[in-house]
Amino acid sequence: MTDACTHPQTPLLHVEHLTMRFGGLVAADDVSFKAQDRKITAIIGPNGAGKTTLFNCLTGFYAPTSGRLELNHPTRGECLLERMEGHRIARDAGVARTFQNIRLFARMTVLENLIVAQHNRLMRASGFSFLGLLGFKRYVDAETQAVELARYWLDRIGLTERADWEAGNLPYGDQRRLEVARAMCTEPVLLCLDEPAAGLNPRESADLNRLLTFIRDEHSIGLLLIEHDMSVVMGISDHIVVLDYGRKIADGTPRAVRNDPAVIRAYLGDENDEENDNAMPPKVTADPKGGDV
Amino acid sequence: MTPRPALDVPAILKEAGLTALVMLGLTVGLVGFRIPDGIGASALETRFGAVAMACGLAFAGRIALILLREKRPRRVLFASTAYAVVVALAQAAPVLFSPAATERWITLRPFDSAVVNGMTVVLAAAFALRAAWMEWRHRRFPGIKERDKAMDAMGARVQRATHFFGPALLLVAVILPFLPMVDRRLLDIAVLVVTYIMLGWGLNIVVGLAGLLDLGYVAFYAVGAYSFALLAINFDLGFWICLPLAGMLAATAGILLGFPVLRLRGDYLAIVTLGFGEIIRIILLNWYQFTGGPDGISGIPKPTFFGLEFKRSASDGGETFHQFFDLTYSPVDKIVFIYYVILGLALITNSFSLRIRKLPVGRAWEALREDEIACRSLGINATNTKLTAFAIGAMFGGIAGSFFATRQGFISPESFTFIESAVILAIVVLGGFGSQIGVVIAAILLIGLPEIFRELQDFRMLTFGGAMVLIMVWRPAGLLAHRTPSIRLSDRGGEP
Repeated sequence: MTDACTHPQTPLLHVEHLTMRFGGLVAADDVSFKAQDRKITAIIGPNGAGKTTLFNCLTGFYAPTSGRLELNHPTRGECLLERMEGHRIARDAGVARTFQNIRLFARMTVLENLIVAQHNRLMRASGFSFLGLLGFKRYVDAETQAVELARYWLDRIGLTERADWEAGNLPYGDQRRLEVARAMCTEPVLLCLDEPAAGLNPRESADLNRLLTFIRDEHSIGLLLIEHDMSVVMGISDHIVVLDYGRKIADGTPRAVRNDPAVIRAYLGDENDEENDNAMPPKVTADPKGGDV
Repeated sequence: MTPRPALDVPAILKEAGLTALVMLGLTVGLVGFRIPDGIGASALETRFGAVAMACGLAFAGRIALILLREKRPRRVLFASTAYAVVVALAQAAPVLFSPAATERWITLRPFDSAVVNGMTVVLAAAFALRAAWMEWRHRRFPGIKERDKAMDAMGARVQRATHFFGPALLLVAVILPFLPMVDRRLLDIAVLVVTYIMLGWGLNIVVGLAGLLDLGYVAFYAVGAYSFALLAINFDLGFWICLPLAGMLAATAGILLGFPVLRLRGDYLAIVTLGFGEIIRIILLNWYQFTGGPDGISGIPKPTFFGLEFKRSASDGGETFHQFFDLTYSPVDKIVFIYYVILGLALITNSFSLRIRKLPVGRAWEALREDEIACRSLGINATNTKLTAFAIGAMFGGIAGSFFATRQGFISPESFTFIESAVILAIVVLGGFGSQIGVVIAAILLIGLPEIFRELQDFRMLTFGGAMVLIMVWRPAGLLAHRTPSIRLSDRGGEP
């Protein structure tokens, strides 16, 4: 692999002293935490707490001002995400993500969305298009394999029947699940989900929970989750990190975090602290803010 | 029909009155006074009648626009049709009627100038068309969505019909030179049309698949043409060796352009590519020692058929086509050969783009067109993917360019102006982004028809522009914009 990746270690993801400044605004301030393999780590916090900024740093959309983002890939060794370009984080470090506002390829079909996600493998198999153009068997086989993987995920998210639909025509809940499936088709070791339950009804939300626990248990990868829907967070996460104004204020099991006074203060506000009066109570489900990226 | 709120007549009259006032301001100075030509004419001529007429028409036109906006097309339809017909008849009266009747008809002409009258007729006709469309749509379809669906369904039907229609079209293209009614002129037009089809297919890779709006495609056409001409003349290389070299040089130019513009999208990208097109043309114009500047390059060798020339008599040491096959010499042979060369090149372009769509890089182009950020999150290298699109599009442009050079035998920067880029882009847009058969139809419409109806060339740009406006209003994605999936899970699959 590359010089950014060397010997493997635990945990899967180790964020150390991550700081991200936008001019005078400190969106993430000295945040450190760990995320484990085969565990769902939830990142929660009121609006503007820096959750999506953290995600964007992790997945290479922002270059952090300082800090170290270390990912231990089980086969490729240690990767320093802050030094890698956006597409290499997905390709070489195996970090996949979904977006707050769904980013499917709307005019391509469901199946094509899943095939595009396997771009790099197919690209190698097609000899960077030269062999593929000539119809080499190697590429034909690779494509069949890619379709098989896509079919596996289509079965998991219940969209096999609608595989040839345009993705943009799917109902909202299906689009969410398709985005998760598309990220999984890159065969990641860490899956980052930015508010996957936003805008889902309770039944769709329960479907999503099942999908996420399935991914954790059967595919044994780590999941990192930003979520406002507390039924999702408390229901499936193994570990919770709470951010407020860019700082980490709590870190622990769902039970411990729920009773943490600092967390309660951040969400419900302090009697002496009027500024926080408008903050989110923990029971709010979908958050209608229009996020960036 | 649901009851509609009554029209606010005073407000409408006020708005129309204001328009008439603006018209008055514009026309009173420019139209109202005229210094008569010729010596001895002294007094200033006044034409207040024309000014009044212009203001009246502006008033009426504004009311028509408001009524259209308020979705009340019927009166507009009648009034504007009546106006258009009456004025058109008045204008055409000398041809149509007896001299006595003509006298009466001529009084109905709103202005003295036939051009101005014609323009008002065209405008009124446009109003009438719009109103008719609105009226018809009210009856047929409830909304825009349904209309788009219907157009999509049509696109899909055409796309399916292409399976049978395509080979038939290909057959016609192949036997075209031997059809009885095809003469030399028609064959020349066919060569031109197929050249533009090839350019359209090449640009379709960049614009249709990768979604990168390129307004300077003609630059690659120029690079290809000049590469061929300079290689052929300076190094004495033959057409078939120069062709791939020219393609490669054009692809290099594509990559060179690609690098600085990678971060740009949409309008910004369009502007930079437009600039690049002009830069290339201006370099060709000014680098006199290398390119010959405005004089261009002449004496570019013609293509040969496995070394056989298409001439009346062979140049020293060579043999000509008709001598080798023991035919009588015919100058048409050369054109037939040139036609087949460009047809072959175009077909290669076509099959290449059809194949590459089903390869990972083609799918990545389409994905990039849809959402670049999502592409990055999936590990797709957007930089390289865009560069390949630019390079491959440029390569086909360059190959078409070298064909152009060899066909003409002479090239100069004048052949590579912006209008060429615009025409190629118009072919792609009109045909429908990403639609191969759409490009063919659009090229025939935009290149073939104007060439055949050369007599009407004064109206060429007018109809051209009108067609583009109509397309943009009614069908922004192009005539036959229907996307066929590059891969299907099931054979029966598809939309409900």
